[in-house]
Amino acid sequence: MTDREQSIASRPAPRRWGRRFVILVPALWLVLFFLVPTLIVLKISLSQTVIAQPPYTPVLDLSAGWHGLRDFFAGLSLDNYRSLAADSLYATSYLRSLAIAALSTLILLLVGYPIAYGIARMPRRWQPVLVMAVFLPFLTAFLIRIYAWINILQHDGLLNTILMTLHVVHEPVVWLSTDTAIIIGIVYSYLPFMVLPLYASLEKMDDSLLEAAADLGSPQWKAFWLITVPLSAPGILAGVLLCFIPIVGEFVIPDLLGGSNALMIGQTLWTEFFQNRDWPVASAVAIALLLVLLGPILIYQHLQMRTLGDR
Amino acid sequence: MMRRNPETSGPPVAVGGLTPAGEARPLVRFEAVSKRFGDFVAVDQVSLDIGEGEFFALLGPSGCGKTTLLRMLAGFEQPSAGRILLDGKDLADVPPHRRPVNMMFQNYALFPHLTVAGNIAFGLRQDGMARAEIRARVAEMLALVKLDGFGPRRPHQLSGGQRQRVALARALAKRPRAFLLDEPLAALDRKLREETRLELVELQEKLGLTFIVVTHDQEEAMTVADRIGVMNAGRLAQVGPPTEVYEHPSSRWVAGFIGDVNLIDGRVVSSGLGHAWVEVAAGVRMMVAQPIDIPEGETVCVMLRPEKVQIETSQSHAGHENSFAGRIADLGYLGGTTLYRIQLDGGTEIKAAMVNRARRLDRPLVLGDRVWVSFAPEACMVLTA
Repeated sequence: MTDREQSIASRPAPRRWGRRFVILVPALWLVLFFLVPTLIVLKISLSQTVIAQPPYTPVLDLSAGWHGLRDFFAGLSLDNYRSLAADSLYATSYLRSLAIAALSTLILLLVGYPIAYGIARMPRRWQPVLVMAVFLPFLTAFLIRIYAWINILQHDGLLNTILMTLHVVHEPVVWLSTDTAIIIGIVYSYLPFMVLPLYASLEKMDDSLLEAAADLGSPQWKAFWLITVPLSAPGILAGVLLCFIPIVGEFVIPDLLGGSNALMIGQTLWTEFFQNRDWPVASAVAIALLLVLLGPILIYQHLQMRTLGDR
Repeated sequence: MMRRNPETSGPPVAVGGLTPAGEARPLVRFEAVSKRFGDFVAVDQVSLDIGEGEFFALLGPSGCGKTTLLRMLAGFEQPSAGRILLDGKDLADVPPHRRPVNMMFQNYALFPHLTVAGNIAFGLRQDGMARAEIRARVAEMLALVKLDGFGPRRPHQLSGGQRQRVALARALAKRPRAFLLDEPLAALDRKLREETRLELVELQEKLGLTFIVVTHDQEEAMTVADRIGVMNAGRLAQVGPPTEVYEHPSSRWVAGFIGDVNLIDGRVVSSGLGHAWVEVAAGVRMMVAQPIDIPEGETVCVMLRPEKVQIETSQSHAGHENSFAGRIADLGYLGGTTLYRIQLDGGTEIKAAMVNRARRLDRPLVLGDRVWVSFAPEACMVLTA
């Protein structure tokens, strides 16, 4: 074997290690900052609340040896989940969150699709500018933008002033502390997350497909439904999930713009954690939310794998 | 190369751009059609008739306006001036989806989210055809393009050649009045391209439809078309059957674009009955069997196809007209033929192509050999444009 052959033969080995190392970094990251914290929260959700530091029991004490470990597992229970199921407050909170998230996501899709479509049909050189414009609000602080909405939506705010000047309404409308305000805030805040994946899938579309549809006898509006919409389905799915999942757990927007009578699940969690100092129940709420959202995530994964398999 | 015989296939068609008066109405008529994109004139005053059942090729280099002309017929572009008539009806106000023509796109433009059957059925569904009828037609089209059983596949599961067939079937499924093909074979490799050419011809004969093909490949145009329209810089340079375009090009440009050619500049020294003498270099005079009414002394261009030139190693045609001594300056062996560049003693250079009839491993002629070239006066033609 010559030197040259030898060097070729020995090359794959370091490459394999390199490949493993590349996977190791994100894997380590996920274990350290996602899996471990989730397991801690899961453990706390199975604990009981006590007035102590930390405010729950049992606490794992490794110095007590085998007995300590056995006592630790014996102390865990599903009581928190039982109370979650027993108290209708939690169920309504979950349902409310899902309903608001579903409605907001639908509105986001209806508003975001034309925007993304419009940008994708613009001359090439304008598209990056317009995509930047969609993200421009992110350059100012999120909280300031939500406070601005309080200003706009309040009794003598900008919206009511405009509506009264235009004689659409005769007396100020109550916007703040309503679900409408929450949805306005959510749609405003999440729009870029809907527009971007939609734009990404619409921008890839081949114009000749629409010409082919027209050539085969399909008027423009029909070609839009038969060609453009199905081909942008991956973008629609990505946008919907990218918005829906975080909206369900949204806390700041409903807290600042919504009323105090009905809570979204994020607010319920916050109350349990900070006001009632009930870490175990708060953790159970979080784990239950995770399970609720796991459904859509798994569906997304499944569809993603299928389209990948198609290629 | 297979060439179609215009006598046996296709209806009789007039030579030239427009059908003469008295003949049946053409299927497609372009009337002084122009298309401008800003300052750029893509199509410039094109008038052209295409007959029913004809296989017509628009041939030209890229950017000559041939695709724009086709797209105007399909309705994707509006003419800046002039009219396009189909069956005598002005198409100006007919949107693309109402025109009874179908196009096969250069990139095929198959719908990636539909199956092969779904793609073929797409146009039929737009017409509101009954389900059973659609199914029957799809099966018929799949059989026509030899893709039986491929109905449930997706376009990305097919090879390039199969995709091309699906595009063909999809456009033909609606039985268009005119079938437009934009560079139909450009994406195929050479071997497949040659096979598909013949299949296109068979398909057109079987269906009796009017095919209008846009191509930059002159060999393709010559093989498939009844008539060729040669385009250059937005204008129609010449329209005619392949033989006419090849043997009687209307201009230097057409002669140079189609096939290999010798274009030799010279001066008319005498012109008599049915022939003329052209001096192409000091002492080199060529006789051209073509009556031309060009005064003596005028500069002209002699067109001579390389395959019409004979090369001999001895001077057997001494004293005959168009027999010149020279030296082989360059040669290229192409397998079936060999291309020679011969430096004539008078100074002119002539390209000659010889068929390699005998199977010989040592070439009979090598660089620098002294040879005699000759050609018939009928083999060449004087071009004035």
